[in-house]
Amino acid sequence: MSYPVFLAIIGAGILLCLLRMLKGPTTVDRAVAVDTTATITTALLVLLGFVFRRYVYLDVALVYAVLTFIGSVAIARYLERGL
Amino acid sequence: MAVVGSIVTGVGSIFLFLGSLGVFRLPDVYNRLQAGTKCTTLGAFLTIIGVGIMQPGWLLKALLIAFFILLTNPISSHALGRAGRKSNVALWGRSVVDKTQDFGGYRKEPE
Repeated sequence: MSYPVFLAIIGAGILLCLLRMLKGPTTVDRAVAVDTTATITTALLVLLGFVFRRYVYLDVALVYAVLTFIGSVAIARYLERGL
Repeated sequence: MAVVGSIVTGVGSIFLFLGSLGVFRLPDVYNRLQAGTKCTTLGAFLTIIGVGIMQPGWLLKALLIAFFILLTNPISSHALGRAGRKSNVALWGRSVVDKTQDFGGYRKEPE
């Protein structure tokens, strides 16, 4: 009933994060935008799984959360020259 | 039950949008990091819990995902802020206090 509104709001948020990723002056700005986009995408996957009635999407969201967490920590360690 | 879950999911999606609006509009890496972490953590938590309320068979795995986000999002944001400090990203010109000046510190950029 009101799921298109939620999906539109979350999509507008992802669009703003992508604009910051294009604009950001430093590399850390872009890494922050990628991290925010990853968290929003995890929530969006769970919501899409509810809309499409697919239970598999929750597994996809869980694996996506794990992998993007590892990716963010790896990017941060690389930027502080520790990797 | 569907109404309660729908309201919780709506509040969560509004929080997600506000977090990314903060990422877009705030003036500094550290301000953007704060907005993009706190608002997004609460928004994702509320969205996933709302889906778990609307579909009670999915509640256990939804709680698992929400707990994982609640546990790992501060760790990655702390690592990113530390990376910004180590790679010498300047603070905003109108920032008030900078505790890291005690051991080396940032350069303040003029406005």
